[in-house]
Amino acid sequence: MPVEHGSIELAGIVKSYDGSSRVVDGVNLKIADGSYCCFLGPSGCGKTTILRMIAGHEDPTDGEILIGGEQVVGLAPVERRTAMMFQSYALFPHLNVRDNIAFALRVRGMSTPDRRKAADAMIEKVRLTELADRLPAQLSGGQQQRVALARAAITGPKVLLLDEPLSALDEQLRVQMRQELSRMQRDLGITFIHVTHTQLEAIAIADTVVVMEKGRIKQAGPARDVYDQPRDRYVAEFLGGQNVLSGRIVRIEGDSAMISAEEMRDVIVPLGSRRTVSAGDRVDFAVRRDDVDLTRPETGTGRQRAKVPSRVRAIEYQGNFVKVILDNIGRDELIAYVPDRIFYRDPFSIGDIVVAGWDKDKTRMLA
Amino acid sequence: MTDQPPENRATGTVRVRRGRPLAPSTGGRPWTFYVLATLFTLYVVALYGPMVCIYILSFQDVRGGLVFPMRGTSLHWFVDLFTQVRTGDVKGAFSRSIRLAVAVTVVTVVISFMSGLAFRKRFAGDSVVFYLMIGSLVAPGLVLGIGVGLICNVLGIETSWYTTALGAQLSWTLPFGVLVMFAVMSRFNNAWEEAARDLGASAWQTTCLVIVPVLAPGLVAVALFGFTLSYDEFTRTLLTAGSLNTLPLEIWSMTLNVTSPSLYALGTVTTLISFLIIGICLGTIARIQKRRAAGPAAH
Repeated sequence: MPVEHGSIELAGIVKSYDGSSRVVDGVNLKIADGSYCCFLGPSGCGKTTILRMIAGHEDPTDGEILIGGEQVVGLAPVERRTAMMFQSYALFPHLNVRDNIAFALRVRGMSTPDRRKAADAMIEKVRLTELADRLPAQLSGGQQQRVALARAAITGPKVLLLDEPLSALDEQLRVQMRQELSRMQRDLGITFIHVTHTQLEAIAIADTVVVMEKGRIKQAGPARDVYDQPRDRYVAEFLGGQNVLSGRIVRIEGDSAMISAEEMRDVIVPLGSRRTVSAGDRVDFAVRRDDVDLTRPETGTGRQRAKVPSRVRAIEYQGNFVKVILDNIGRDELIAYVPDRIFYRDPFSIGDIVVAGWDKDKTRMLA
Repeated sequence: MTDQPPENRATGTVRVRRGRPLAPSTGGRPWTFYVLATLFTLYVVALYGPMVCIYILSFQDVRGGLVFPMRGTSLHWFVDLFTQVRTGDVKGAFSRSIRLAVAVTVVTVVISFMSGLAFRKRFAGDSVVFYLMIGSLVAPGLVLGIGVGLICNVLGIETSWYTTALGAQLSWTLPFGVLVMFAVMSRFNNAWEEAARDLGASAWQTTCLVIVPVLAPGLVAVALFGFTLSYDEFTRTLLTAGSLNTLPLEIWSMTLNVTSPSLYALGTVTTLISFLIIGICLGTIARIQKRRAAGPAAH
């Protein structure tokens, strides 16, 4: 197998600052060369620590980090051929755009004309030519981000590490810069590792999404897999868009389970990979909010469908869909995303009694 | 939905508030303005009046005395200051004071800078170090000076302005410098240092190319503190300067035996020099800030 230069392998990474509690607790992961990988998780889940360990700003307490097949623990960032884009960019406030970008070349001892030329080429690549003499304080958030990107990329790293790169921007710019990051990643053809706590950002941009909780990986895979087929309650709730419901198995019928709770009766859920459950077990299952449809109580029924009678608690118009919040099932929220064209054919109002229904094969048993 | 949209209700409330302002304007200023303005004027007079009197009286001619009225106008007493032996060693004291202040400034800036960097992280005994430093700030200067003098006496060290007085003055300027540095460092983003390292800079390059330039305005402010505090330091220097006087000590001894307006002339000259130093420092800071942030997006 040929050595992939920007591939990353984390093997049993542990990080502990005080010797007892582990910020990162045994992480194993392979990231392919030239891929865009997002670490997703709430603050304090260890995702930034992993990034900093890959970058060489912190050493793991235990475990190995391989970049391009080489063990890099103990090496300086430059020797690893990684570059980091810091949260809020950390542009040097006293240097203009050109000197910021040329900084890495300056400390390598490149002559002034040479590094100016190299920096100007890079500035052109990120389309900042007119702003080359400005100071960071005179740039907008989006422009600052492009400078940061250019500054990190000028040394030709194999891996670019981005720490919450979009969190300093406002909503509109975030979407725009998201595309720009994606474009730069394709242009440069190197591995990008991006840390974020925003699930929309992660699934929009990444080839691989890694969901983390308390120093451990909960699920890693292509964005669509993680969103559509969450492994457990945590992943499903963190990525959103899912109703995560809890109930007791009444009986097993072939490859499906009939699940009941106080507010719902005999909801049919395929067992999937969870073959070991039996009647009486308490289980979680998920159904996507946009797979839930709402009908008036009197209208027809179908086979192989779950039907939960409920009541409309709140309605939020979201533009292309309407978020209908129904009565909770136990402590779990039950929400339906109804396409706005369908909703307004026969709109519900708060307090209406409805039946929330979904097809059996749209549900998924959670671990 | 038939309910009134919330925005309309909000606008309504704003309109009501506009109709009933909190403090109705009756045209003139409230009486409290005049009371406070008088108070402020008296404060300014009390603050600067005595100084201004001294500056004015220093420009009398040869008949001049220590009190008003003015007797003629000339620069006689300024000339007298630097030529007459009976007024003391003003020239020598002045040059010693300047040299001492420069030495104090350099040491203060270097040590404050380094402790500013060090105190970004917690370390064993950091609060002890901090409170010891604050302790030397609040200790009465004269007591501290006597203490240093006594210790030197016991240890048989000869006191002089460039050794013991330097140390005594640093006990006063260093805490100030470090406190100013703390304020400066609170706006320092540690990610700058990390970014420099990430881009391949050595520790030395990071210091020279990033940390010092970024902190330059703050370092100038520390220097200003160091210089002015040292230049007019009296209580700590009194018993530690040895046989040769610094300028404040010289002025003090002059008040005991010189009874001519040359004393006032000296006050005028030292004030001018202080203002000059402060002006240079503030000008430098302003220039750095301006160069750094000359634009609409700057702050």
